[in-house]
Amino acid sequence: MWDYTDKVKEHFLHPKHTGVIERPDLDATVGNITCGDALRLMVKLDEAGRIADAKFQTFGCASAIASSDALIELIRGKTLEEAEGLTNDDIAQYLGGLPEAKMHCSVMGTEALQKAIAQYRHQPFELEDEGTVVCRCFGVTDKLIEKVVRDHNLHTVEQVTHFTKAGGGCQGCHPDIEAIIEKVHGPRAEHVAKARQRRAPMTNLERMTRIQQIIEHEIRPMLQQDGGDIELIDIDGKRVQVALRGHCAWCRVRDFTLKGSIENRLREVVDPQIVVEDVGGRLPEGAP
Amino acid sequence: MRETTAVDNPIYLDNNATTAVAPEVREAMLPFLGRLYGNPSSIHTFGGQVKAHVDEARQQVADLLGCHPTEVIFTSCGTESDNTAIMSALDCCPERHHVITTRVEHPAVKNLCQMLAQGGRGRPLYRVTEIPVDAAGLLDVPAFEDALDDATAVVSVMWANNETGVLFPVEAVGARCRERGILFHTDAVQAVGKVPTNVSELPIDMLSLSGHKIHAPKGVGALYVRRGTRFSPYIIGGHQEGNRRGGTESVPLAVALGKAAELAKQNLKKQTTQVAALRDRIERGLLENAPDARVNGCRDQRLPNTTNVSFEYVEGEAILLMLDQHGICASSGSACTTGSLEPSHVLRAMGVPFTAAHGSIRLSLSVYNTRQEIDKVLEVLPPIIRRLREISPFGHDKEPAKSKA
Repeated sequence: MWDYTDKVKEHFLHPKHTGVIERPDLDATVGNITCGDALRLMVKLDEAGRIADAKFQTFGCASAIASSDALIELIRGKTLEEAEGLTNDDIAQYLGGLPEAKMHCSVMGTEALQKAIAQYRHQPFELEDEGTVVCRCFGVTDKLIEKVVRDHNLHTVEQVTHFTKAGGGCQGCHPDIEAIIEKVHGPRAEHVAKARQRRAPMTNLERMTRIQQIIEHEIRPMLQQDGGDIELIDIDGKRVQVALRGHCAWCRVRDFTLKGSIENRLREVVDPQIVVEDVGGRLPEGAP
Repeated sequence: MRETTAVDNPIYLDNNATTAVAPEVREAMLPFLGRLYGNPSSIHTFGGQVKAHVDEARQQVADLLGCHPTEVIFTSCGTESDNTAIMSALDCCPERHHVITTRVEHPAVKNLCQMLAQGGRGRPLYRVTEIPVDAAGLLDVPAFEDALDDATAVVSVMWANNETGVLFPVEAVGARCRERGILFHTDAVQAVGKVPTNVSELPIDMLSLSGHKIHAPKGVGALYVRRGTRFSPYIIGGHQEGNRRGGTESVPLAVALGKAAELAKQNLKKQTTQVAALRDRIERGLLENAPDARVNGCRDQRLPNTTNVSFEYVEGEAILLMLDQHGICASSGSACTTGSLEPSHVLRAMGVPFTAAHGSIRLSLSVYNTRQEIDKVLEVLPPIIRRLREISPFGHDKEPAKSKA
């Protein structure tokens, strides 16, 4: 059971602001049903440009519903200029705190607000429109990740996941998230480096043996079952050159096999920086 | 909505997570927490008298499994049994480096196999094949047969799935393993006590069970190892359990497991009559009273006590917390409840759409549930779903009465 405050429970069980506003001035949805949470925010402005009424519809867990309700409590009566300064910490604080793993619920609240305001002003919504998607599982852009890393002084991928969900799915984007963290905090923030040191570095020989073992005992039999084959051509540091043979050589999911299956597996077991290249059909330079 | 939580006297529909300790079981173990504290391995009469009770408990477990008592090893939990079985098989076949399991195993098997696939604990790298399941959660038997090869050391396939209750064809799987001389282990933690598990009639080499799923306390399990099966102990120590598990037996817990096994055997018939009827009642009621609901998993080949229902457009954790307000205990395969961000690996392996997986709840019954309890849930749950759908931005276009802007 999550450790929710009484305030979270109260706003989850008895939200005051759920519903639909007919012809709202602002109306934006963030998240989607596949990701597991979504928030639609509707706002009606009065003549003075203040938020006269606001309602939400939320699909999600208790903290997502409570965060949505808290968002509206916090923005009612404000002008858009006043409201747009709201941070997700304001929402979390209003609720007496959220479990760290649920911080993304409060981020969703501010995201919806910012998106609604941007659309109202016919401006691009920077966090969605201008960034590139880093986490494909949850559709999170580099802009949003960079923002939370900066705003909340985050140093690990796990923290980023708590705040944005990014990296919580297939984990394929973990190196990209680490790159963003390094971009913000400078290369190899101290404890990130420490975290890496815990894993004893592999010698070149160990790395090569391991790559050979995995390709021979694991990947080859898998491909052979489907009428394909793979040949290990060369290993140059973390670059692994292979040749796909048989069915694999002309298979239409060849790239997926290469990157999705082989590279991911080697990154998982050997080194996250492994790059697999298909040199099938031609030999590496300098070969006889 | 009633606001008081009934923490002390809940409607408990989470019996695949754990069960209440049966009063008879508690009674049976009490003397061993008091005056009968001797060590069953001692020579003196004071200790020796305790051994008779451990032996009796072993016989009771053997009776439930339909095996010989020497084939039963007491362990600390289902996870220890699973780990012991798989590691023993690998130690006994050091030249083989292939493990076959399924995509929907409990973490006790799944994470162990992943550790093996990554060459953990200084072991050689193992190739692990996870057999898929179909949309109904049934095992892809042809895929299993294809996966068997000369390098396969052990096959570990669960008997019944903890989330959906779907049963796997352990007899057919075991038969293919036996033909090829491959060790077969089944995690039967959910199956034991709910469906007949007569191992002597089945081609099963090793079977894991857990005490707290059958109304014994937490902290005790057992591993069945067929006579003549190569075996290597996991916990190294004294000569207890026929040199197969070191460590002084937890006498109170072994006695408790024995008593629980005896009760489970007596209650086996009730599972297919009383428990199944209540499960069917709640399932039918939910499908009738909540639109856009579906049952996850094959309804014909399933444990009698389990139902896994998905409600579209709502999220499982929210359902559970609202049920909790009414003192109703259930669980969910939704992302928010698992602590990860993705729905349960079982529902994903079945290809349940994420939209439905997020709104899944599991209700698992026991012989102690009553019809009044079930009717109470049927009274409370459909309004909860309606309420959460009102809050949700999705699914309104299906109800023209409540048009969305």
